[in-house]
Amino acid sequence: MNVGVVTFPGSNCDADARYGASLAGATVHALWHKDTSLPPGLDVIILPGGFSYGDYLRTGAIARFSPIMHEVIGFANGGGLVFGICNGFQILCESGLLPGALIRNRNLSFVCKDVHLRVENTDTPFSNVCSQGQVLRIPVAHGEGRYTASDDVIKGLEDNGQVLFRYVTADGVPTDESNPNGSLANIAGITNATRNVMGLMPHPERACEPLLGSADGMAVFQSLLRHCNANVA
Amino acid sequence: MKTYTANITVTLRRAILDVQGKAVEHALHSLHMPSLGNVRIGKHIELTVTAVDHDSASAAVREACDKLLTNPVMEDYQFTLHELAAVGAE
Repeated sequence: MNVGVVTFPGSNCDADARYGASLAGATVHALWHKDTSLPPGLDVIILPGGFSYGDYLRTGAIARFSPIMHEVIGFANGGGLVFGICNGFQILCESGLLPGALIRNRNLSFVCKDVHLRVENTDTPFSNVCSQGQVLRIPVAHGEGRYTASDDVIKGLEDNGQVLFRYVTADGVPTDESNPNGSLANIAGITNATRNVMGLMPHPERACEPLLGSADGMAVFQSLLRHCNANVA
Repeated sequence: MKTYTANITVTLRRAILDVQGKAVEHALHSLHMPSLGNVRIGKHIELTVTAVDHDSASAAVREACDKLLTNPVMEDYQFTLHELAAVGAE
């Protein structure tokens, strides 16, 4: 599996994302925001967390027009796997690769803590090693993570199984208290309709080995590996 | 060509809960200003446009708002244009 991780000015989880992918056995390529081409044979592009362009104007709004985003959008439209984490999720929404938007947290505060996520759909390249309803413990760290979209878009996401991860209690119940930012329908992560683009607010790369307090985030990287291996076989 | 200043106001769409606005509204009420309500917090963007006339300046601002300055999923915008001074050919 060949994974490219984009570094934008202000990215701060790019090294962690490369590390998480390498733990899953990936060959990792560092990509730069000014790149105008992608390395051949790339299977996955990760847009990492951070504060690209200082979060100026809106989170992800300026990164979305970085030269490499032209390549990323072409890669995604050609069926390539694109995974946006936190600020990467915000960039994917701004670029139109994912529906909806991420706005200021309900409590107006930056939230940095472990949360529980319930796996809502295991039939995707990002969740195929998980079991339906499995609960993962992964940290969030964001000020603008409240997922919002029109009622029609939310209904479409729910009906098409595009809601991949939902904020829940430790025993897997979506409640208002378990929702760290006020996201509609406790949404933590979604895919596009064709299941090759995924955005997730929590940080799986910060929960990729027991030393970090949880290795639950590896499920996402291992799912990508399994998907890529199955496609090669 | 003429130069205009554009004053653009960006606010969260009505359907989206404006938590900043709510917090400020509560603070106003606790300062004994109960007659104030429906607080909406947005942002103000000021820029200049060089264009042949008001219509084309307006079109340029609208394009900037639609492409970059606002996100239609979550924001609405409105703007005013004021002509600054004619740029004479010397």
